[in-house]
Amino acid sequence: MSVLIYASHDGGKFPKSVLELASYAFALANKTGGQVTALVTGNPVGPELDKLGKSGVSKILLTPEPMGPAFDNRAYAALLASAAQASGASCVLFSDGAISRAVAPRVAVRLQAGYAAGVMGLPESIEPFRIRRSVFTGKAYGFVEITSPVKVMILARNSWQIAETPVACTIENFIPGITAPEAGFEVVKVEEQTGAIRLQDAEVVVSGGRGLKSGDNWKILEDLAGSLGAAMACSRPVADEGWRPHQEHVGQTGKVIAPNLYFACGISGAIQHIGGISSSRVIVAINKDPEAPIFQFARFGIVGDLFQVLPALTQAIKKLKSE
Amino acid sequence: MKILVCMSVVPDTTTQIRFKPDMNSLETSGIQWIINPWDELALTRALEIREQPDSGVTQVSVIHIGLKDADPVIQKALAVGADSAYRVNVAAAGAMEVACQLSEVVKKEHFDLVIAGHDSADYNGSAVGEMLAELLDWISFSSICSLAAAKDSITIEREMDTRTETIIAHPPCVITIQKGIAKDPRIPSLRGIMGARSKPLLQLEPIPCAGSAAFVKFENPAQRSKCRMIDPAKPEELVELLRNEANV
Repeated sequence: MSVLIYASHDGGKFPKSVLELASYAFALANKTGGQVTALVTGNPVGPELDKLGKSGVSKILLTPEPMGPAFDNRAYAALLASAAQASGASCVLFSDGAISRAVAPRVAVRLQAGYAAGVMGLPESIEPFRIRRSVFTGKAYGFVEITSPVKVMILARNSWQIAETPVACTIENFIPGITAPEAGFEVVKVEEQTGAIRLQDAEVVVSGGRGLKSGDNWKILEDLAGSLGAAMACSRPVADEGWRPHQEHVGQTGKVIAPNLYFACGISGAIQHIGGISSSRVIVAINKDPEAPIFQFARFGIVGDLFQVLPALTQAIKKLKSE
Repeated sequence: MKILVCMSVVPDTTTQIRFKPDMNSLETSGIQWIINPWDELALTRALEIREQPDSGVTQVSVIHIGLKDADPVIQKALAVGADSAYRVNVAAAGAMEVACQLSEVVKKEHFDLVIAGHDSADYNGSAVGEMLAELLDWISFSSICSLAAAKDSITIEREMDTRTETIIAHPPCVITIQKGIAKDPRIPSLRGIMGARSKPLLQLEPIPCAGSAAFVKFENPAQRSKCRMIDPAKPEELVELLRNEANV
């Protein structure tokens, strides 16, 4: 099956999730006898585009950004649908993120395609097409059967390893036959997120719960995160109390993340919290209560006082890094 | 401005998820059903806005696509302040079917602003709002964390992957909201519960809608291996284990 991926980028650089997506697409195309095409908007420089070829992309469709500074999901959906048709793709794949979630369902409607988000792993079978995805926020898995000729899917974060599978890759300019929709809205202010490591892309996440007792005590957590180059997160009560911004809340009703390493500090591990972190590769729990449910999900645990354990852990990490 | 809040009904978020022995569907016995948490926040914010005198909001209704057993949960939405409710009487197999049923009601009842949670705590489709907008050929805004209304426009904050935008938009449009849009959901008062009984809960018959994606079976996650405990006085041991055994 021919696969089209949407290779989004941050200011010209492809994030890890897009390279994972390319590798996944290559594996899917390989299994079903087809090739991978990538749609790239704007103008990433050559060496960045080469990365796609190294991950198995045979053809890159290069196209100008469909809109000016304001993101319009209608325009992106029209562009993606047009590229899918032009490349004869029977599968359109996205990496997970706010833009994909805004665009992919519209593309599915346009292409009359069956849709699945949070997809994990290659299809269990091709005829009928059955794919596994997480449901109930990581508490279970479901197999979706897609019966339409075209499929639109979003790959779950951190669910596929990047592989070096270089292929000959051609670059074509792609001019979609679409007209930009009338804006009908106005962006009056933009705040770029800079500096801090983005929670959903982070390899390592340090997360704090009610066990830290007050928002004023976050320094020990920030120090640990700093020593690891980690992003910061928190449990729901912490965000509800206003100790930390709601953007940092991970759990069933907050963000769902899948880092390589997750530190749960002073988090008891309510089932709603576990839902948001259960796809993490390694979970470390630090809690004063040995009975806390978080220890049932963690790979490594320390029972102790956060205010002593965290600074000591930070020191141990710094020491190792300086060696 | 007439606001429609889309509402899915999901198991309480503390539920241990179990499936029927054939693993084809959810074991629903003993489940406490609630309004999908994001949809509840959307409703809360819609009601807050309606109460502001200059917001121009004249009506806040809720809609659910599903069978009669959801009515007690829909009643709760009426009890906290929604003016009326619709339920399209069909067990929809997927997001596409739900969006298709919704689009029919939105068109017929002339809603201006449709609000949906950005995800549903059950099957995590996170697609209905955008599919609905595409079917209606409306503009839509996703990942919205703040909403205000003034007569014929709305002001929203959208959290994209790397930035937050403040946008002024003119309905009709669909917005999908996430956490931050409202603080705490409302708790129905006794008066609200009594009043809800006299508010309209309209049962509508479905239109033909075809989808092409459906769940065929489920599985529970594999048991995790046992947690290895480390002496709190030896944090360096943890660091070694992470580096050598967990490769991080």
